[in-house]
Amino acid sequence: MKPALLIEGLSIRLPAGADRALAVEAVDLELPAGRTLCVVGESGSGKSMVANAVMGLLPRPQVAPVAGRILFEGRDLLALPEREWRRVRGCRIGMVFQEPMTSLNPVMRIGEQIGEVLDAHQPLPRAERRARIVGALGDVGLPDPATLIDSFPFRLSGGQRQRVMIAAALVLEPTLLIADEPTTALDVTTQAQILALMRDLQRRKGMSMLFITHDFGVVADIADEVAVMQRGRVVERGAARQLLNHPQHAYTQALIAAIPHGRTRASQAAGRPLLQVSGLCKTFRSGGGLFRRPREVPAAQAVDLHVDAGETLGVVGESGSGKSTLGRLLTGLIAADAGHIRFDGQELAADLRRRPRADRAAIQMVFQDPYASLNPRHVVGAAIAAGPIEQGMARAQALALARELLGRVGLDPEAADRYPHEFSGGQRQRIAIARALATRPRLIVADEPVSALDVSVQAQVLALFEQVRREFGLSLVFITHDLRVAAQMCDRLAVMKGGRIVETGDTATLLASPQHPYTRELLAAAPHFHSALEAAGA
Amino acid sequence: MTLNSDFLRRFRRNRGAVAGLVALLMVGLVALLAPWLAAHDPWAMVGQPFLPPGQAPGLPLGSDALGRDVAAGLVHGARVSLLIALVATAVSLLLGITVGALAGYHGGWVDAGLMRFTELFQAVPGFALAIVVVAIFQPTLVSIVGAIALVSWPSVARLVRSEFLSLRQREFVAAAQLAGQGSLTIIFRQILPNAVSPIVVMGSLMVASSILMESGLSFLGLGDPNQMTWGYMVGAARTALRQAWWIAVFPGLAIALTVLALNLVGEGLSDGLNTRLGGRAR
Repeated sequence: MKPALLIEGLSIRLPAGADRALAVEAVDLELPAGRTLCVVGESGSGKSMVANAVMGLLPRPQVAPVAGRILFEGRDLLALPEREWRRVRGCRIGMVFQEPMTSLNPVMRIGEQIGEVLDAHQPLPRAERRARIVGALGDVGLPDPATLIDSFPFRLSGGQRQRVMIAAALVLEPTLLIADEPTTALDVTTQAQILALMRDLQRRKGMSMLFITHDFGVVADIADEVAVMQRGRVVERGAARQLLNHPQHAYTQALIAAIPHGRTRASQAAGRPLLQVSGLCKTFRSGGGLFRRPREVPAAQAVDLHVDAGETLGVVGESGSGKSTLGRLLTGLIAADAGHIRFDGQELAADLRRRPRADRAAIQMVFQDPYASLNPRHVVGAAIAAGPIEQGMARAQALALARELLGRVGLDPEAADRYPHEFSGGQRQRIAIARALATRPRLIVADEPVSALDVSVQAQVLALFEQVRREFGLSLVFITHDLRVAAQMCDRLAVMKGGRIVETGDTATLLASPQHPYTRELLAAAPHFHSALEAAGA
Repeated sequence: MTLNSDFLRRFRRNRGAVAGLVALLMVGLVALLAPWLAAHDPWAMVGQPFLPPGQAPGLPLGSDALGRDVAAGLVHGARVSLLIALVATAVSLLLGITVGALAGYHGGWVDAGLMRFTELFQAVPGFALAIVVVAIFQPTLVSIVGAIALVSWPSVARLVRSEFLSLRQREFVAAAQLAGQGSLTIIFRQILPNAVSPIVVMGSLMVASSILMESGLSFLGLGDPNQMTWGYMVGAARTALRQAWWIAVFPGLAIALTVLALNLVGEGLSDGLNTRLGGRAR
């Protein structure tokens, strides 16, 4: 059978001064008609470059293809003049991007944004045009398309916006759909729905799909063919089931081994309660002025929980569930409106600034974004030493401690004299852990500490958390949206939705027999890489 | 070290900025060496009035209505104009950064109160306010500097506030709070260093606008009567503009070139301090 898309020897150069000369080097890919090809790789592997090259969206002339061919419908796309390109884009090839929140124009009605695609390629009479748009919106499972066509994007959730983007990409019935991380910005339950939708549309319309992702869970869900990219090269490609079950290349093997296995572990708790929280409430008010009533968002509603000494409590939930707020309430970065926080038998003030110095040191935090959590103007050593210095330690002693801690988290002690921009994301997260350890805390609140990291780095950082938890006798509150990570890190889980803890229990028990319907939904939606493979293999 | 050399590389790539810097250094040098460069006291009547440039020895740029040396006025004027502009900018930066930092960091009613106070000054046309202040307090160096600073600081406060509003949400600020650092330490050690780039750029542009404002005040006769400034020279020459163009044109050119140079340098600083501007060709 003729392939829908054939990429031969594609090389794309990067501007001078980048970390390598070629973003993509001699890449061969073949997408059979009516199938789905997943291009998998970590950040910087060049996978998005391939997608953009097929769409002719590379930021030329700094980044431009220098060799190879992209064959689509019998023509080499790289040889097309811009005018021809425009006829292919949107009409023959559709594209869906990662960020549903920014890829729709906020001041244009939904229908108009889809209508633009029609106008560019296929001018239609008014009534017919409208019918086509309504049909496209209905096709992607959006409720009540006849009303939706006249609404503005802000009325839609992230998942609905992504459906609109898919509708716009498919309105002209292209034969090839390119999707660049289309579900990465979405919650797991939404991700599962969008993946199901794309799979369904692809079968129904007989399209071919080039699917770019970093997530092997998604790959196992959707791919027929897989190509694994590393530093601009395709290191392995083949049929999905074959490749995922028997990876040949060392890099693929390492990537698959690094996927959180989601196996639960034996409980580590000592049984003595360290942190007890009862009736914690927080409502955010925003947008109010002198004469307007503010909008109120309840982020925490009567939250009760406890953490035992040496225990890891996982807080799981989707975005907007209030799990990050809960973490900040525990540390006192956000003051609770009501409720009690008892730490080691003593009542703690809700506001961090009202807590005595010694108490501030006892609870520390590791943040999600390793790029925002270190001050770019401070050397790493000073950042780590700041806490102990505030606690009254002599400066020289604090800096020596910083070096020692850098060693403990697997970095060179000499790193103390360097600035954060010299480190990778994973290294920065190690630095952030060292900083959290510097004041000898007894509890660390980790807010999505690995969700910004590539999967192989993620595994290392998780291992580091486990190591320092044991070495320093810590308790952990581990906030995450990823159930697989939660399962392997935590002794107990608390599931949050809409500012409430809807279910809590031992990790093993809770995962094996979830009681609350929301927990069941969450579990069903999570991409279960290993179980998906087993099912496919069976 | 790498930061500095990167900065220089990006700054140098902006040719206009380099030219502006050279021009500015020359003006600065002239101002510093004024007593030695100028042949005469700028107030002394040293020749016939209305001598065109190049007519009399020792008066390369001619003489004014009272027979004073235009070149000497220009050289001494550089001193006063630059001094007033630099001091006024420093004062308004100090005021603006303090108010903006407090408002942006604390938010809430502190922010609301300080911003309403700032708007009081922004609601009055700047130049009119400066005229009133100088007219009330007598035109002296101090009152002129004060007047310029008073009308310039609100824009600094706004800029610093908006920088602080976004920077205080960064997680490193939360980490500093957890480390136990107090508000002042966080404002000055954690946040302010990250807001320096836009402040520096704005400062360079404010020096330029201060020179213009001082010239405007002097032109209206509200300059310090004991100081020779460019604005005063233009103002004094306006009645004789048709007979003796050179009296107004040379100080006017000096103002225009200095302001242009400062604007170019400001743009170069903004390129240089913008670390994201890696490979932009210019």
